[in-house]
Amino acid sequence: MSVDTKTDWEAVIGMEVHVQLATRSKMFCGCSTDYLGQPPNTHTCPVCLGLPGSLPVINRRAVELLLTSAMALNCEVQEFTKFDRKNYFYPDLPKGYQVSQYDLPMSRHGWIEVGGKRVRITRVHLEEDTGKLVHAGDALQSAETSFVDLNRSGTPLMEIVSEPDLRSATEARDFAVELRALLRTIGASEADMEKGHLRAEANVSIRPHGSDELGVKTELKNINSFRALQRAVDFELRRQAEVLESGGKVVQETRGWSEPEQRTFSQRTKEFAQDYRYFPEPDLPPLSFERAHLDALAKELPELPAARRARLVARHGLSAYDAALLTAEAELATLFEQVVGHGAEAKPAANWIIGEILPAYSGSLPAAGGFAALVKGIAAGTFNREQGRTILGRLLDGAGFEEASAGLSQLSDQGELAAIVDRVLVENPKIVADYRANPSAIGPLVGLVMKASGGTANPGLARELLKDRLDR
Amino acid sequence: MSEELTHATIAELHGRLRRKEVSAVELLEAHEKRIDAVDGEVKAYLRRTPELARRQAEEADRRLAAGDHGVHPLTGIPVAIKDVFCTKDVETTAGSRILAGFKPPYDATAVARLREAGAVFLGMTNCDEFAMGSSTENSGYWPTHNPWDSTRVPGGSSGGSAAAVAAGEAVFSIGSDTGGSIRQPAALTGTVGFKGTYGRVSRHGLIAFASSLDHVGPFTRSIDDCATVLGTLAGHDPLDSTCFDRPLDLSTLNDGVKGLKLGLPREYFEVAGMEEGVKRSIAEAIDVLKEAGAELVEVSLPHTDYGLAAYYIVAPAECSSNLARYDGVRYGLSDPKAETVLENYLNTRREGFGAEVRRRLMLGTYALSSGYYDAYYLKAMKVRTLIKRDFDEAFQKCDAIVSATSPTVAFKIGEKTGDPLAMYLCDVLTLGADLAGLPGLSLPSRAEDGLPVGLQVISPQFREDLALQVGRAYEMASGVLAEVAPL
Repeated sequence: MSVDTKTDWEAVIGMEVHVQLATRSKMFCGCSTDYLGQPPNTHTCPVCLGLPGSLPVINRRAVELLLTSAMALNCEVQEFTKFDRKNYFYPDLPKGYQVSQYDLPMSRHGWIEVGGKRVRITRVHLEEDTGKLVHAGDALQSAETSFVDLNRSGTPLMEIVSEPDLRSATEARDFAVELRALLRTIGASEADMEKGHLRAEANVSIRPHGSDELGVKTELKNINSFRALQRAVDFELRRQAEVLESGGKVVQETRGWSEPEQRTFSQRTKEFAQDYRYFPEPDLPPLSFERAHLDALAKELPELPAARRARLVARHGLSAYDAALLTAEAELATLFEQVVGHGAEAKPAANWIIGEILPAYSGSLPAAGGFAALVKGIAAGTFNREQGRTILGRLLDGAGFEEASAGLSQLSDQGELAAIVDRVLVENPKIVADYRANPSAIGPLVGLVMKASGGTANPGLARELLKDRLDR
Repeated sequence: MSEELTHATIAELHGRLRRKEVSAVELLEAHEKRIDAVDGEVKAYLRRTPELARRQAEEADRRLAAGDHGVHPLTGIPVAIKDVFCTKDVETTAGSRILAGFKPPYDATAVARLREAGAVFLGMTNCDEFAMGSSTENSGYWPTHNPWDSTRVPGGSSGGSAAAVAAGEAVFSIGSDTGGSIRQPAALTGTVGFKGTYGRVSRHGLIAFASSLDHVGPFTRSIDDCATVLGTLAGHDPLDSTCFDRPLDLSTLNDGVKGLKLGLPREYFEVAGMEEGVKRSIAEAIDVLKEAGAELVEVSLPHTDYGLAAYYIVAPAECSSNLARYDGVRYGLSDPKAETVLENYLNTRREGFGAEVRRRLMLGTYALSSGYYDAYYLKAMKVRTLIKRDFDEAFQKCDAIVSATSPTVAFKIGEKTGDPLAMYLCDVLTLGADLAGLPGLSLPSRAEDGLPVGLQVISPQFREDLALQVGRAYEMASGVLAEVAPL
């Protein structure tokens, strides 16, 4: 643990992750789950509004997506499973209970590999989501009025609980990243944290290194991004260490992460712990799965990120780090393999995807053929990096390669480029003098050549010509 | 003329409608007149639906005019609906103030099937609030009176539906049975009441009391009518996952009891508080069945004594969850002056629920609480399994079980309202069939001092045919038929 405190503390972190499953209809009714950006309470029916007399009917697809996820997480699917009611009052919970799973979850005892280490999965179960409260002024405490939007009510939610096997904030983050990659690969969820498809809660405690006992844990909520997850856990580890080292005790409680303040704050202590009065949902018969059905689902599983990562390293010689970056977004790994399939070299292809596409990636990708032509063109010296970026931008806008690269090629003609170099040297005596005083400062001169050539110069060749003349 | 229309059976009226001796509109008008005349005393209806009924009757007449082939036996027949069935755009309150003004945007499946069949909806009938009670005195609105003696209760919780049929205010009605809420009022009003196997009729749109115990069924004036209505209501419904898909074959209805073994459960004849008159009437009915060719066998249901206790854990536990949705946030009663969400919850539920509902919500909440779950709910579910097993074993020896439906005839209004346990004991003979999910029928046996007595027939799972076959045989052999009370 990277906390600069007196004692050598060990972080103990377990995760609880809620994932919205990518079904077209809700968990127990036929309402569409495509409500994002839609007016409140327009995607509702008697079932998800909890009207008197309404009854739930299980969404088969949701169960299948859960089973597929459980298998991908190496879980044992339980032969016999049932739903239970979790009872509590809240305005976003229209029935006064959430249909969830208590003592017989659909699956247990799995693991996921995170950074070469196995993190055990305790259970994966299925439940329904609640609605949403919208507070006037966006803050609960100061709001005069709150509104209830039940569009989200009853959407299928998968809960994944891990054992407390994570040992740092970075691992906690990597766990969530890995989980997202896995869920996207198998098509179980869009798993977008910012959109709330994937909601991670971390159970955090610390103990002196070498101790077998668990410290008092706090539960971190309101985490809306991977970065926030890492920062929240990191903050909480430091806070707990400070509390313990100043002779205090960690209180078991739920703490929220405040993004503006970059700190956790107490939300609810366990003294007010709810008694959820779980009992079997009498409106739904228990489920049991036929072996053949499970086998068929298992057969449909695509290659999972861990296997793909290993393959990218073994077959294409990528570093483990680059392979991990590519597989975190399944589509990027696919693009990489397609581009290589089109004859581009692996390393530059990976570099271009990681360096130029990944940072701003939001779902749009260039066509593989055009992108492969670009990577090859750069390798062959036909385009310089700037031109490559321009072409990539055009490819992303949907242009074909011919159109995207029209009029762009690198100026590599010795004679033509030498003329430009000579002109630049003549016109900029001051910068030439700077270079003479400090021969490592050739950058500005290369920049001037690039500018004078309208961005077309081959920068390597320009540098050679400059040095050749200046050092003569 | 009027009495011929309001005192008849579905079968008779269907014939007359088809022969054009009477129109559906005339049939409706006769019933409206009857309701106007007697409901001031009986108070069976919480609210009537005259415009809807008129439209449905006119439509029924069009269907009848279009041709007699394929006309459903319920087309044009006036029906009363217990206030627990969601009826589209008609205020449906489960007899509770908390749902005052609630108009469901959809039909319960049972209601939808009656609507499709062409039945004419007279209105919503009174019941104990959320079907919790055995006398209809727990209604959030007013008590219903027994048409045979208006100082007495009609039973409950479906007291309004039973009284409407007994008083000639509807040709048939539908109700729900969770611990005996169809059969006990049927017994106390001299009507035929039946609930099939758990899941035979969809619960979709039935305002839930206790989900694993709630059954839907009819009140009629004959076994034949009962079979007709059950046949209409029954059948798989994709909207209720506990509703099964199995054919209902009632073709043996008139086959008699010759060769059938009827089980007499020792424990059902020894319950505390069984009135002498009820004993006599039931003994007589059993003799009639014997003479008609049935073989009588003694059987035992050894866990009967624990049934009531198990029932009063399971039912309140489920209702404590089912009724959580009445929180004043989305529909029904709410407290606009409440300062906080919690205050609104508390005020809405304190105001909106009656004493019996609050009692059961507290019992059920307690029984499910952490630390008590195993001792109460789990234990009760185990007892429930034992009770099911009792019936399974009994049905190894017999085809159907016969007993009294209620240990007493209709009691006086107010007699048991101060003593919840005495009220709970009204269901001691009926709730076993609910806990086990078995078909349970009540039909009138010979009345005692002018007050109806009910004969109960319980049959094995999925064997509604056997209960009805026994009931029909009794009707034919005894000549005791459901009658309309002279009001």
